[in-house]
Amino acid sequence: MSEPGTRGAGLKWVGRSIRRLEDPALVTGRGRFTADLPAAHWLRFVRSQVAAGKIVKVEVPGSAAVITAVDLSGVKPIKPMLHKFNYKPVSQSILADGVVRFTGEPVAVVVARSEEEAEDIADQVEVTIEETEPVIDARDALHAGAPQIHVEAPGNVIVEGVMTTPDFDKVWASAAKTVTVNARSRRQNATPMEARAGHAAYDPSTGRVTLTCTTQMPHLTRTAIADVLGMPEADLRVIAPDVGGGFGQKMSLAAEYVVLVWLARKLKSSVAWTEDRRENLIAGFHARDQSIMLEAAFDEGARLIALKSDVISNIGAYSCFPTTCGVEPLMAMAEMPGPYDFRAYSCRARGVATNTCTMAPYRGVSRPVITFVLERAMDKAAAAFGLDPVDIRRRNLIDTFPYTSASGLVFDEASYKQTLEMAVNAVDVPAFRKRQQDQRAKGRHLGIGFATFSERTGYGSPAFAARGMEITPGWENVVLTVDPSGFVEARIGSSPHGQGLSTSLAQIIADEIGIAPQHIRVVHGDTDNTPYGWGTFASRSLVISGGATLIAARKVRAKLIRIASHLLEAAPHDIVLEDGEAKVAGTDRSVTIMDMARQAYTQTHRFKGEVEPGLTETGSYDPAGTFSNACHVAVVEVDTETGRVHIEKYLVAEDAGRIINPMIADGQVHGGIAQGIGNALLEEIIYDETGNILSSTLADYLPPTAHEIPPIELHHLETPSTTSITKAKGLGEGGGIGAPAAVINAVNDALAPFGVEIDEMPATPQRIRAVLRAKEQAA
Amino acid sequence: MSEKTAITLSINGHDHAIRVEPRRTLADAIREDCGQTGTHIGCEHGVCGACTVIVDGEPVRSCLMFAVQAADKEIRTVEGLAKGDELHPMQQAFMNHHGLQCGFCTPGFLMLAVGVLERAPNISDEDLLDVLSSNLCRCTGYQNIIKAVRAGAKEMRSK
Repeated sequence: MSEPGTRGAGLKWVGRSIRRLEDPALVTGRGRFTADLPAAHWLRFVRSQVAAGKIVKVEVPGSAAVITAVDLSGVKPIKPMLHKFNYKPVSQSILADGVVRFTGEPVAVVVARSEEEAEDIADQVEVTIEETEPVIDARDALHAGAPQIHVEAPGNVIVEGVMTTPDFDKVWASAAKTVTVNARSRRQNATPMEARAGHAAYDPSTGRVTLTCTTQMPHLTRTAIADVLGMPEADLRVIAPDVGGGFGQKMSLAAEYVVLVWLARKLKSSVAWTEDRRENLIAGFHARDQSIMLEAAFDEGARLIALKSDVISNIGAYSCFPTTCGVEPLMAMAEMPGPYDFRAYSCRARGVATNTCTMAPYRGVSRPVITFVLERAMDKAAAAFGLDPVDIRRRNLIDTFPYTSASGLVFDEASYKQTLEMAVNAVDVPAFRKRQQDQRAKGRHLGIGFATFSERTGYGSPAFAARGMEITPGWENVVLTVDPSGFVEARIGSSPHGQGLSTSLAQIIADEIGIAPQHIRVVHGDTDNTPYGWGTFASRSLVISGGATLIAARKVRAKLIRIASHLLEAAPHDIVLEDGEAKVAGTDRSVTIMDMARQAYTQTHRFKGEVEPGLTETGSYDPAGTFSNACHVAVVEVDTETGRVHIEKYLVAEDAGRIINPMIADGQVHGGIAQGIGNALLEEIIYDETGNILSSTLADYLPPTAHEIPPIELHHLETPSTTSITKAKGLGEGGGIGAPAAVINAVNDALAPFGVEIDEMPATPQRIRAVLRAKEQAA
Repeated sequence: MSEKTAITLSINGHDHAIRVEPRRTLADAIREDCGQTGTHIGCEHGVCGACTVIVDGEPVRSCLMFAVQAADKEIRTVEGLAKGDELHPMQQAFMNHHGLQCGFCTPGFLMLAVGVLERAPNISDEDLLDVLSSNLCRCTGYQNIIKAVRAGAKEMRSK
């Protein structure tokens, strides 16, 4: 652990594990979260208790203040748009308008003086719904005659991507062997520890409303709500205070926040809503729920030559804003080829509406699923060729860059083969295989699983534009100011919520302008005080906000040097900025940054018009994107009597380019792996056939505890990115992308002696026992 | 709805005279009636442990206790861990070992760890893991929480 404030000449801040600037408030209970704010009015949403039906009537007790869709006439629906892939624009009313499409959909909202009172009244609101037949499974929703979720989308297909490379059939026909994976990744909930919450306060002096909410994208939340309510954006300020985790769930627009702003304006007062855990689990956006059929063709040398896939993504009842429901199936189509070298690819990827909670991006977006499917295919092929799983990956990983994938993605310099070898050496595969044999003889079933993958990160507007998104995110702006006291403030459009971005950006700034991170404050999450930006999601903030920060810091540096050149009467190229001072190299002449900053505002006449007043610069960055990579290895033991999986060892060799703060980077990988292990073994939102949710508490929906996560061993390579000006790549999602594949491959390796396979996640004890039992019964 | 009862909650050595409904949870009373918002509510089902506080020396899920049950007991919350500007060794250990990311679950983990270690300073690593598995964190994958708590425990023993 490096101690802050120990910087000496020549020492760099980037690359050091300094403690986070965010932490002192958070460990002392002085964090400021949305639900901490007092309010005059509290809301309770009355939610549909059935999956599908027509609202007949809503009966309200006595004089209670209850708002329904009728009251919101004039408020536009949420209607995200995609201009490609046969997208069918569907609308979501802010409160259900005549029809309910999933259990948990808000039908009415109670306004009361306390949360308790609002809940009491909500219990007495009688909603009569004439039930209609629901459809829960996306494959059922594709059947002819299935109930139609939206009239705009006959057949329930909301989006459909199709691609086939030239000569696909010819290549396919030449295959020596093919393998098939018929995989399923069940439904999850991102489960941030802080569920959603919002607080809207009306300011009678200006007529403005301030919405404080637990969002990952404050600026776009403001744009979207102003659009829906038909109000000037200037009348709305959105604040994302401390946010208790997001993982994608807090990126999509919550209809509940629209209601808050509408009510604050109507009541000219403050109104608040704190989602409870049950609401979050049933209605706070879901994730995954994909069925993928993947076929892989290999030549006689076990080289992958073609992939064919059919992706069915259950998108739930509505299309999430801003990404649209295309985000899952289209990501699957673009990234299915993974880090393997082959040319022939065919894919059909559909997003299908059902009577289930709306899907939104969740850490990894499709890639935890497609990586699991592709890595299963590699292991099946290894078995078919009688090869070791490591060997088949060695034969197929890409190693020349830039590499254009079969789906057209351009991979920058990375270390796919090197990280595989690094992981293989660290885990000692031959020793494991011997132990596996010995233990099998004793009735204990160990398995090892590998996952090699790429993680596309830090992509700018061209990548989003390629998806045809009406709202095309990508760039970020940073405004960097040295104030007259010499303190530095960076105002950013990103909106970190646990990633330690303030610390990492301060390290980047510190190196450029020679000032310690303790003198740098990063301001985020407030539309009044930060430049427009897209927020924090898609492993983008360190690359894009980091790049914009570096650009702004270089400009500030250049200006400080111009100022120093005037004040010290030296040539700019003789000036060195470090340790809070500008020095003339080879002399004892110097001036502090504090002095220079003061003079940049108060002594501008000294610069003879050659330096603009003030000390503020802007950086803007919109990169093409860069690919991180890693190899994950899991060693598990499966108890074949109970179906329980114990993870004995977990090891990662990863490469995310230049690492700004290794401690923070490792923390991101750890957290991702834990979520990936949850994906692989534990977490499942379960609907019954009527569309009722059976997993509505954290005792039923099971994020891993400290018991389920083994010690994680990390090994690092740093291949500097050539497409990111800080040379850093993103790494927020990789842990969650690799872990499901590694764990499920390990489980299958353990089960190999039984001649059974499991290609469904989570691989719960029940599912593992079911495949074993089916085999026993067949025998 | 029912009538409110007058009670006194002693939080971090300060008495708060409040009036609460019998159904008011301790978590809500600490946050809303006493204004101590460092204690967070994650599930209200007693599963996640984000709301853990120390009541009469024992870690308690404050969402599972009624405020009236805590009347006249000694309640400690995250706000009371530091002595002035001097952080509690466990707070310092969480910072040193990156035992937090978003920080929402952190007060609960701090109070759980401190509450257990004050009673069992020499707890084994295995038992400590058992204890820590009673709270949920979604960000850290627990690696650095475990590291931090072990380091904090060592520091607490040496004081």
